[in-house]
Amino acid sequence: MNTNLYKYILGIADNSLILGQRMGALTGHGPSLETDIACTNISLDLFGQVRSYYQYAAKIKGDNTTEDDIAFLRKEREYLNVLLVEQPDTHFGFTIARQFLFDTYHFLFLEELEKSHDITLSAIAKKSIKEVSYHRRFSSDWVKRLGDGTAVSHEKIQEAINVLWTYTDELFHQTEADKVMVKENIGVDVTTLKDQYYTNVETILNEATLEVPESKWFQKGGKEGIHTEHLGYLLSDLQYMQRTYPNMEW
Amino acid sequence: MLDLSQNIEKQFIPILEAVSDPEIPVLSIMDMGVVRSAITKNEIVQVQITPTYSGCPAMDVIGDDIKKALKEAGYNSEIELILAPAWTTDWITPRGRKALEDYGIAAPLDAEADKEVLLNGKRIVKCTNCGSQNTRLVSQFGSTACKAQFQCEDCLEPFDYFKCLK
Repeated sequence: MNTNLYKYILGIADNSLILGQRMGALTGHGPSLETDIACTNISLDLFGQVRSYYQYAAKIKGDNTTEDDIAFLRKEREYLNVLLVEQPDTHFGFTIARQFLFDTYHFLFLEELEKSHDITLSAIAKKSIKEVSYHRRFSSDWVKRLGDGTAVSHEKIQEAINVLWTYTDELFHQTEADKVMVKENIGVDVTTLKDQYYTNVETILNEATLEVPESKWFQKGGKEGIHTEHLGYLLSDLQYMQRTYPNMEW
Repeated sequence: MLDLSQNIEKQFIPILEAVSDPEIPVLSIMDMGVVRSAITKNEIVQVQITPTYSGCPAMDVIGDDIKKALKEAGYNSEIELILAPAWTTDWITPRGRKALEDYGIAAPLDAEADKEVLLNGKRIVKCTNCGSQNTRLVSQFGSTACKAQFQCEDCLEPFDYFKCLK
């Protein structure tokens, strides 16, 4: 098995799985019907992308591994998503800020992954980027609407941006597997995306009349499997059926 | 438009045209542009389909429906899901666009106009009920991943718009 490639795929896919779970959990809880449907549609897109990645990862792993094994039967420290996507829905401002900070990255990342020499990853990227461009529009629009909205909405989205800002730098960290994949022209060198990312984020924040946080202290660890306490709770929901009724199918 | 005549054997076309999209029953999967090839190899029909959106839950059903339709016509088949090249709304045939409109779903505009509608609130999507262009975007996301929600300001009818995917 090509361990580096396997890990590399999980590093991409786990972001979509965990964020998809967060957004999917809002089904029936969105602040309005339209936003509720939007959040769950985004979740559906992300899960669709995850399936493509995990099917590929399962093939690489062999041993009759399935996409479901990878999604449901790993332990917390085996998930390689960034800390940003596992942060909770403290309020709607957090949901939007988390989505916006991730979408901005996700789009830039997929633009580069399209050029991967790995044809499967390139195909998934080409497919996904069309969907992610809609996600990015949605979350950017809402950042502007909340930021440039009422005094209360402004305060809440600013609070969410400030809190989540500390998780943005990790998006541009490279694991050992990442570095090997970059060398083989399979992976994306995320360090090169950083400047463009912050430029794009700041443009939207300015339009939204929000302040760009000045904090230079950042959290990291998710890509190495060291997570915030929130992931454990999320996984206990996500994995409930498989843990309670092992091997169940429908 | 995509010319698939090379990739789909003639005898399968009427069979596949009879299979419809489970979420838009008036639309055949052929008019949707979802079937990429259907070629016989060792007496088994190898059918390739491509998803509209990655998470489209209709894909599993479409695969099963194709298998069933071919089986009824006396063919065994295997379905393969392929991602590249990625599906685009350009592959919906003119007949498919007409079927969408008749069903009450506004067909996708070209990419430029689509942007104007979804980002700048330009009013050019025609109401599928009364034909007025005085329509308003209610939400970029609708009842399925591929649609946005609109409302007509003249007849007040809410309707779906099939988003442009390029």
